[in-house]
Amino acid sequence: MSGRSSGSSSPVAPYLQVAPLAIVMIAMVGIPLATVVLLSFWESDGISIYPAFTLANYREVLTSPVTLSLFLKTLQYAAITLVCTALIGFTCSYFLVFHVRDLKWQIGLFLLCTIPFWTSNIIRMVSWIPFLGREGLFNGFLVQMGLTSAPLDVLLYSDFAVILTYVHLYTLFMIVPVFNSMAKIDPNLVEAARDAGARPWQILCYVIIPLTKTGLALGTIFVVTLVMGDFFVVRVMSGGQSASVVSAMKNEIDQLYYPQASAMAVLLIMVVLLMVSAVLRIVDIRSELAR
Amino acid sequence: MAHASTRRGPAFYFLAAFFALFVAFLYGPMLIIFLLSFQGTSGGLTFPMRGVSTHWFVDLWSSSRYGDLGGAFSRSVILGVLSMLITAACCLFAGLAFRRKFWGAGPLFYLSIVSLVVPGILLGLGISQFFQLLGFQLHWWLSALGAHLSWTLPFGLLIMFAVLNRFDSSWEEAARDAGARPAQILAYITVPILFPGLIAVALFGFTLSYDEYPRSLLTVGGLNTLPIEISNMTTNVTTPALYAIGTVTSAISFLVIAIAFIAIAIIQKNRARARGEKA
Repeated sequence: MSGRSSGSSSPVAPYLQVAPLAIVMIAMVGIPLATVVLLSFWESDGISIYPAFTLANYREVLTSPVTLSLFLKTLQYAAITLVCTALIGFTCSYFLVFHVRDLKWQIGLFLLCTIPFWTSNIIRMVSWIPFLGREGLFNGFLVQMGLTSAPLDVLLYSDFAVILTYVHLYTLFMIVPVFNSMAKIDPNLVEAARDAGARPWQILCYVIIPLTKTGLALGTIFVVTLVMGDFFVVRVMSGGQSASVVSAMKNEIDQLYYPQASAMAVLLIMVVLLMVSAVLRIVDIRSELAR
Repeated sequence: MAHASTRRGPAFYFLAAFFALFVAFLYGPMLIIFLLSFQGTSGGLTFPMRGVSTHWFVDLWSSSRYGDLGGAFSRSVILGVLSMLITAACCLFAGLAFRRKFWGAGPLFYLSIVSLVVPGILLGLGISQFFQLLGFQLHWWLSALGAHLSWTLPFGLLIMFAVLNRFDSSWEEAARDAGARPAQILAYITVPILFPGLIAVALFGFTLSYDEYPRSLLTVGGLNTLPIEISNMTTNVTTPALYAIGTVTSAISFLVIAIAFIAIAIIQKNRARARGEKA
């Protein structure tokens, strides 16, 4: 039966069809990740790297107080960004699904939110500089309004700028999955809750939020992993004052300390996978994808 | 249907204002740099505008200060087109394959998800070191292309799943019952029906590759792609030329997005008309 419903009836067909994707994924993701794990056991002297089996890199990473502060800083960035993107993403999706009734408008406004995804992140980050800088638009506005006597320095090249950029870049990774789950909510359910006497906030808390859980979970996975994997935004927008796990790793890579960087990477991947599996434990995403 | 919300209460206006603010937040900064890229010759990185000119655009192509921008641009476009074609083809067939159970389907799916979740620079490190271990040279058209595919293929696959969810395979069965060979079913039934979805996959394939930075950084070898050149410019260039290159590359992205959207819209319109004529 299942054979009948697919493109061809030969039992080898799916293997032939999936082979190109599988080959690329194994060669460009599977083996490279294994290479990183392998490298984390090698030795290096800053000039080249040598095959070995040493746990020194892990010992160094795990005992260094810098590691802990890097991870805490990165998790802090991720947590604040997650809260902001979830609030914005949920509110915008809620507006699109429950308040924009014309389907054409709904799709149009949704696409308006997603278009920046297909443009350059670097340019979108750079475009905050003329807005936030010392002589930027926002400081000019503040001074002109008499709200501050001198331009604020904390706007650009600070943690504030880093998080603002993250929220700017990554909110659409929250909007798309949240919108997707919200759009699948049967309007009759909301109607039934209203008829049964539920107040608007009760409908929100007991009907809409539970039914949007999978979307929020998917968005959380995207936002957290994107923030934790970033090195460029934190480097440029903090003006080199802050560092995250990956930006520290990038420095080690630049100094050719590949094994140390790899050990740090393995640690990071383990933390990320742990967080992802924690989210998956709470919410069953595969049932959502199958729907 | 939802008659209780036919009246627009204060909640609507509050949420609409919030949404409008978000859109301004999303596009405002970009508009600022588009404006500033037309800064006059003596103008700086911020307002006020000192005249209006296309000086900085001309500067980009005529000055040698910015490195090999032309070469980087053509490499990025070629990589984008290659990624687009490979992503569309691989994801079409992989999507079709995933409709059936096959050995290794689960691990392959998870490997794709891992590729989305892993920091890009790390995958770049892995790919570059894997190449060195094998004694291969890093080339933008080989290692960087592979790195880009590790980013575009999982996205394409997820979109293909969504597209195939709405695909009725009884069309294929009907064609088979009528005696069509697998290649004919693919060419005359499956691909034409799925074509709008394939355009979406292709759009992701091109744009994600064209703007890719962290995965490219360690895998391009000796010749840079455009995002790497631009990222170098963010630290070296202190003139509006930086905004000019931003305007140029964003304009190209918007052009590609527009072409994809218009193509999909035309197909859907033709289909709606064909359905209308039949009815």
